Amino acid sequence: MTEIFGVPIQALFGQLMLGLVNGSFYAVLSLGLAVIFGMLNIINFAHGALYMMGAMLTWIGLEYLGIGYWWSLLLAPIGVGLVGIAIERLMLQWLYKLDHLYGLLLTFGLALMIEGLFRDLYGVAGQPYSIPEEFAGAFNLGFMFLPKYRAWVVVASLAVCLATWFVIEKTRLGAYLRAATENPKLTQAFGINVPLMVMLTYGFGVGLAGFAGVLAAPATQIGPLMGSNLIIVVFAVVVIGGMGSILGSVVTGLGLGIIEGMTKVFWPEASATVVFMIMAVVLMIRPAGLFGREK
Amino acid sequence: MMKRKLLALSISALLLPAAGSVLAQAGKISGDVVKIAVLTDMSGVYSDLGGKGSVLAAEMAIEDFKASAKPKFKIELVSADHQNKADVGSNKVREWYDTQGVDMVTDVLNSAVALAVAKVTTEKNKIMLNAGAASTRLTNEDCAPNNVVHYVYDTYALANGPGKAVTKQGKDTWFFLTADYAFGASLEKDTTDAVKASGGKVLGSVKHPLNASDFSSFLLQAQASKAKVVGLANAGGDTINSIKAANEFGLTKNQTIVGLLTTIIDIHALGLPTTQGMMFTEGYYWNLNNETRDWSRKFFSKHKKMPSMLHAGTYSAVTTYLKAVQATGSDDTATVMKQMRATPINDIFAKGGKIREDGRMVHDMYLVEVKKPAESKEPWDYYHIKQVIPGDQAFQPMALSRCPAVAKK
Repeated sequence: MTEIFGVPIQALFGQLMLGLVNGSFYAVLSLGLAVIFGMLNIINFAHGALYMMGAMLTWIGLEYLGIGYWWSLLLAPIGVGLVGIAIERLMLQWLYKLDHLYGLLLTFGLALMIEGLFRDLYGVAGQPYSIPEEFAGAFNLGFMFLPKYRAWVVVASLAVCLATWFVIEKTRLGAYLRAATENPKLTQAFGINVPLMVMLTYGFGVGLAGFAGVLAAPATQIGPLMGSNLIIVVFAVVVIGGMGSILGSVVTGLGLGIIEGMTKVFWPEASATVVFMIMAVVLMIRPAGLFGREK
Repeated sequence: MMKRKLLALSISALLLPAAGSVLAQAGKISGDVVKIAVLTDMSGVYSDLGGKGSVLAAEMAIEDFKASAKPKFKIELVSADHQNKADVGSNKVREWYDTQGVDMVTDVLNSAVALAVAKVTTEKNKIMLNAGAASTRLTNEDCAPNNVVHYVYDTYALANGPGKAVTKQGKDTWFFLTADYAFGASLEKDTTDAVKASGGKVLGSVKHPLNASDFSSFLLQAQASKAKVVGLANAGGDTINSIKAANEFGLTKNQTIVGLLTTIIDIHALGLPTTQGMMFTEGYYWNLNNETRDWSRKFFSKHKKMPSMLHAGTYSAVTTYLKAVQATGSDDTATVMKQMRATPINDIFAKGGKIREDGRMVHDMYLVEVKKPAESKEPWDYYHIKQVIPGDQAFQPMALSRCPAVAKK
């Protein structure tokens, strides 16, 4: 069998696939962060908690209301989005004129409160959620068994990322959004309801986090701490991709997933740190991130 | 205002330890109050294992003791969250000993916190009955047999049962998934020793970061190793996510998954379809006999979850301590320790349990196998007891002790 640095090439392909799966989560999460930062200038630290909330709502839906996976895929992101809209209306909207730090502190506090709430209600060991029947089993790719569900995660995430990019870059609504970010006063003067757009953007951004939560529910244990374990890496992804760059966050998310996957083969102890090493290097060479523009 | 408060504080700080020592020397119970403290993780990864359940177990122990022994002294209970931080834990315990008159601290899960608390406890000459930590260091390099009892389990006991039993079943090649910190390493080492002693072979291991978000990559490596057994030298959420991914990637078809620190809490969180057939060592199981069932159902009615071995161990530790105080009429550390060492422990947790001279509480452990969903008759009916491991075989023999205080004798 062909080997690279002592690792069979087949195993390497397997790890590449897994990297892509993890990268998909990073991509959807960092996309939400990037949209929110791009439009609202808010560093949304509650993103991980809202991702967890998406997964929790999926579980609660099945456990108490009998709502299956497919409906959850639609309803949980909407639920999380509505929570987001409430947060934006009641709290965040007062902070736009202030320093970034205030938004960061507020959302960080919210994250702790949301996690604390679920921890108090359901404990930390987490809840099981089985993989939907349609995706039970695995594809035999020759070099590995790829569970069908993981393949679906990649497809669904890429579709959502692509749709988001299309809406923001290619449609009239997206043009309004971008205009509202660039110059809110002037856009308002043209008769466009800027506060409404901002509110919907935040709702949509956290809805994406909720969507990632639903995707994660069958693949990992649903617990109150699942968001905080992931969110720091996702922030690093956004920083590497360039704050506010939509395409950048998607490409970086997938790319870093793959790099992290490779690290798990060659130097597993470093797999938790490799993303941050890359971040340090990128910040030294391109402070605005790989795809960001200097303002 | 501020100044006056400060003054009052410093005066009381000066007075209290002096008052305490005078009373203790009298050979009576200081202030006629026995004060017990539960130090645990209330909000982090281990809070389902110990946490509020441990506080409840201690409360139940005190209630039951009051009802049966009708003590003349008062019993108080305090508790705190150490947040899995050694400094937070040791500061809290220091405050308890210095200003609150706490006599005994229990639970104290998390080995790092336990080792720090052991130091303070020795320095202040109080008692820790540790029901939660795993590290064998508590009875070896860092042993303090005059003050610290390691009550429920340790990495040696956890590793030994499955390491030997599973290997002897012919599943003699192992691969480890190890949490990349002291606890994981010592669990891997102890299991490796047991596997080798039984004629097995370790094919390799992969170290993963603590709280890793995804285990599929590590499990693929375990799969590629073709080992018959995959040992999980990790705990809590890491174990849960490892097992879940092992199922998804089809490892469970050809390989046996052995959790090296798995408890009923993990099995409940994952469900039987995912965990059936797993083997591991437990220190307690609620469905052992009528006595354990009665107590556990009482616990369940208040906690809505069956007790973990830490909860049952905390109940037993508090009871043992109170019995010794009652018998000697004193809360003096040396007197109580002597009494506890001299009395066999017989309760819902241990039968014929004995506190050894290195501080190890020796009792039977259970090698369990998780039932198939069809075999489970009721909620929480999860285990087949495959083997009762007698205490003297479950724990590290005294001959191998690295405890300096014992070696000197």
